[in-house]
Amino acid sequence: MLFKGLSLTLQGGDAAYVAGPNGVGKSSLLRLIAGLLEPFAGSVALSGRVALADQELALDARLPLAKALGFWAGLDGGTVDAALAAVALDHLAAVPVRILSTGQRKRAVLARTMASGADIWLLDEPGNGLDTASLGRLNAVMAAHRAKGGIIIAASHQPLDLPGAVGVAIDAAQ
Amino acid sequence: MKLFSALILRDLRSALSGGAWLPVAFFLLVAILFPFGVGPDGALLTRTGGGVLWVAALLAALLPVDRLIAPDAETGVFDQLAVRGVSEELIVAAKFIAHWFSFGPLLMLAAIPAAGLLRLEGTTLVKLEIGLLIGTPGLAALGVMAACLTLGLRRAGSLAGLLMLPLAVPLLIFGAGSLALVSGSALSLLGAASLFLCAITPFAGGAAIRSARE
Repeated sequence: MLFKGLSLTLQGGDAAYVAGPNGVGKSSLLRLIAGLLEPFAGSVALSGRVALADQELALDARLPLAKALGFWAGLDGGTVDAALAAVALDHLAAVPVRILSTGQRKRAVLARTMASGADIWLLDEPGNGLDTASLGRLNAVMAAHRAKGGIIIAASHQPLDLPGAVGVAIDAAQ
Repeated sequence: MKLFSALILRDLRSALSGGAWLPVAFFLLVAILFPFGVGPDGALLTRTGGGVLWVAALLAALLPVDRLIAPDAETGVFDQLAVRGVSEELIVAAKFIAHWFSFGPLLMLAAIPAAGLLRLEGTTLVKLEIGLLIGTPGLAALGVMAACLTLGLRRAGSLAGLLMLPLAVPLLIFGAGSLALVSGSALSLLGAASLFLCAITPFAGGAAIRSARE
């Protein structure tokens, strides 16, 4: 068991910031909310679509970035161009995914999350590997999503600019 | 349905851009090498050639197994699909159909020059093609199922081969048997074995992907 006694309620426009040391179960909490793991006890109730932005890229490495993102946008009924512009990757749209750098991959994951049009974003370490300018864009994207009534649950060991976010501290289970 | 065809198209595109010719090249290579091994005895080649092509088809279906499922599981594609509410059974069914399209028709095409190399008669070639049409979906299903079951294990590729070969024995027996028999009973049994594998693969594979996620 990773943690117990966790309770969290969020409404449209809200955000939660999950903090805690490495290995305490921040990613597992996000996977639990996404429905990829079953809770041992308790339940998760959601209304609206969920987008998970974890450490995995989930893009075809050989395809150009815009086409690889287009596969997911096609499933979700969203569009890629605006999302690519928001994370400043529009100039790399024709570049194969496999030659992107760490920070660019992280931004591509954010673009995939934006293009999904989902209401609830689950962001796992969204600021990892980002430079100062990209961190600013991440904060702007997150603020815009909340302004539209979206929910953000972010797990990170770095400080993120999430004004009014509910703090979730995970303590290791006994 | 749009989702299902999108999944199939994605897999087909990645298979055709990355080594779909490999099983077919292997199949043809066996047909070229076998006469070198047993000598230029035409009668012997005619008698054994059909069975050899069936074994070659079985082994050729094994080649792409390590690229079928594992890359998508490792890069998080299955997780992303699951978050979107796509069932694992649907994913595996799409994988199976795309896998068959990427090697089944090409193998049937390659069987024509291979039959020439092994001095098969025209009637035997027709029987072989009918058998391959019925049997290759079973081989494709078996490959996808083995790839799902070995997900997350080390040396999954070779292990999948070991898992798959014994289960492919009925396909081989009835497929090669249909070449010799005049009655259609071997083809019926080949169809039954192939249909059984096609039917259980989405469920067995889907359960394997879910349990690999834990």
